[in-house]
Amino acid sequence: MMAFNSIAEFIAMGGHAPYVWSSWGVTLFCIVALAWHARFERRQLMNSLKRRERRERAREQQNAVPTSFQSVVERGQHDT
Amino acid sequence: MWAFINKLRSPKWFYAISARLQPWFWALAAILIVTGTVWGLAFAPADYQQGNSFRIIYVHVPAAFLAQSIFVSMAVAGFVFMVWKIKVADMAATVMAPLGAAMTFVSLFSGAVWGVPTWGTWWMWDARLTSMLILLFLYLGVIALRGAFSSRDSGSRAASVLAMVGVINIPIIKYSVEWWYTLHQPATFTVTGRAAMPTEMWVPLLIMVLGFYSFFIALTLMRTRNEILRRESNKRWVRELAQET
Repeated sequence: MMAFNSIAEFIAMGGHAPYVWSSWGVTLFCIVALAWHARFERRQLMNSLKRRERRERAREQQNAVPTSFQSVVERGQHDT
Repeated sequence: MWAFINKLRSPKWFYAISARLQPWFWALAAILIVTGTVWGLAFAPADYQQGNSFRIIYVHVPAAFLAQSIFVSMAVAGFVFMVWKIKVADMAATVMAPLGAAMTFVSLFSGAVWGVPTWGTWWMWDARLTSMLILLFLYLGVIALRGAFSSRDSGSRAASVLAMVGVINIPIIKYSVEWWYTLHQPATFTVTGRAAMPTEMWVPLLIMVLGFYSFFIALTLMRTRNEILRRESNKRWVRELAQET
């Protein structure tokens, strides 16, 4: 059994609406904000870790190109 | 026993085990907090003296419990870090501080708001209120001190020491309502004896308290994992993790 007879009565909180709703609002806001922040933090960390891995792999490939390029040049010089 | 403690030392092991525990605590927290909110706001009977303003108790008391429990947890983690040099303990202590500060703020705010219709004042230098304000400053001090050093290890040590010293404030908060009974009412829940409320009022309160504790565990697990990723980002297992996903 509910403690209120109507939605309007529930919202009015027997004249204590500002006190009840501000306390609950601030509390639930803090909880949701903290949970959301943790999720956001995780996504950012994972993204930056992945970006770094991609960057390093790209650099490895780039480093691989000049050596083979050099050997081609060397071979080219050898031909002429 | 030592094998277990050695496992605990390893952030990699903690990262794996917390991944499995975490969803249960998030689910538990969500179910309990939603149930407690609906029950406490709409179904619990109004107080015969305070009317509906008493419903603030369902956020005020769980937040105040957490504020104190988190400080004790932080001090214990600080002790574990100082004595056994367990890095994960320091990471957990790091992420607990902002949550504890938030919960202290919530309990102070909801208490002040509740005080207006009940006591006719939002603040008084009552022992309970003052010691809770000191707790907020202790949390902010721990957070600030951790960031004040150029080396992470020095910051961690300083924050651990402040948490261990500051924990003396917790019994003061707990017994303040008995030692200096001026404004704040005594404890609603006692370990011994009956709760000073009818059943249909305290059951939703118990649900909210358990929900807040689950939230504390879930958030601490999740943010400790984040802290592990941040601090161990150059370890091979973290790099392999980033390659996989």
